[in-house]
Amino acid sequence: MTMTIWQGVLTVVAVVIGTMLTRFLPFIVFPESKQPPRLVEYLGSVLPYAMTGLLVVYSLRNTPILTGSHGVPELIACATIVLLHCWKRNMLLSIAGGTIVYMLLVQLVF
Amino acid sequence: MATTTASVPTEAPAYDNQDSTGTSQPAAQSPRIAALKAAFPLTVPICMGFLFLGASYGMLMGTKGFSFVWPMCMSAFIFAGSMEFVTVNLLLSAFNPIAAFLLALMVNARHLFYGLSMLGPFKGLGWKRPYLIFGMCDETFAINSSARIPHGVDRGWFYLWVTLFNQSYWVIGATIGGLIGSHLDFNTDGLEFVLTALFLVIFLDQWLGGKHRERLSAVIGVLASLACLVLFGADDFMIPSLIAMLVLFMVLRPYLDTLKSDAAAGDDTAANVCNNDDRPVATAAADAKEERQS
Repeated sequence: MTMTIWQGVLTVVAVVIGTMLTRFLPFIVFPESKQPPRLVEYLGSVLPYAMTGLLVVYSLRNTPILTGSHGVPELIACATIVLLHCWKRNMLLSIAGGTIVYMLLVQLVF
Repeated sequence: MATTTASVPTEAPAYDNQDSTGTSQPAAQSPRIAALKAAFPLTVPICMGFLFLGASYGMLMGTKGFSFVWPMCMSAFIFAGSMEFVTVNLLLSAFNPIAAFLLALMVNARHLFYGLSMLGPFKGLGWKRPYLIFGMCDETFAINSSARIPHGVDRGWFYLWVTLFNQSYWVIGATIGGLIGSHLDFNTDGLEFVLTALFLVIFLDQWLGGKHRERLSAVIGVLASLACLVLFGADDFMIPSLIAMLVLFMVLRPYLDTLKSDAAAGDDTAANVCNNDDRPVATAAADAKEERQS
């Protein structure tokens, strides 16, 4: 580490404050004692679905499409999860199945 | 823009009935234990993912010469996975806390949308509420916002257990990683996929359990972020995606805002009351009809 301990601690504190601001700000702007505007209620009702979609894309964002394995292991593992989940609707089974397929593919095949 | 109070009653049944029914039931076990039993199984995949990723993060810091106290405290207080990896690089470069603060705002901007989504569900949870907000990482949000909490299970305790378990996994993983440094021989290539799998399964659950409004919202989330990923690249697509989603949801509000059409469906005069903000009566009536059919 090039900085002193206290500079390091201050850097971490700055990151903590920035992160916590993003988490607490909506709750500070729209306190629970007051009814939030209808627009905010509307966004709160549709955003959970959109944010899950965004998180799926976010967690796959570094998949190499044009190079390396061309994203084939990711595609096969995701297809496995979709099939398993439509078949059994068991969260743990789908997650474990997809992850094991992915690990086997990246360790043994690609 | 929406100054009407006609929508208040429609929001109440969604969240507010659980605490009262939870306590009035002949509970064989305390609400804490019942909520723990409902919450724990949902966090098992996160346990695998967080112990592994947390340990990778701790080991990374170990190899850069940091004592395990650093990953332990950073995982406990920052508790935002990707930002912690970024912070390792910040600690190794020149001292600039303002830049660190601004970077944290940018990297974690998506949390703003988590907060907007949880304003209702976190209402009235008293002392648990600040911790639930503090500990709302991606995975905790994904579980808490999508879980169908069983009838009679206390919602506050359910959220609290999910949040607490997930944070414990991460802090334990990071601390262990910091302690072992770089002495691990098990081939874990690909284990990080467990968190992708978690998000995909939650996405599928929401999709299979949703009607066209929920599915259209999910499609907007995927397409907006995919388009921004292609346009801006993997490092810079988050904030454009959030803005694109916001714009799309504003544009599509007449089709997606069912709270409003529910109120309209209940009472034709209510349709007129609800309607004084931004759209013609005909649209609201059409939406209401569509809702009744679906």
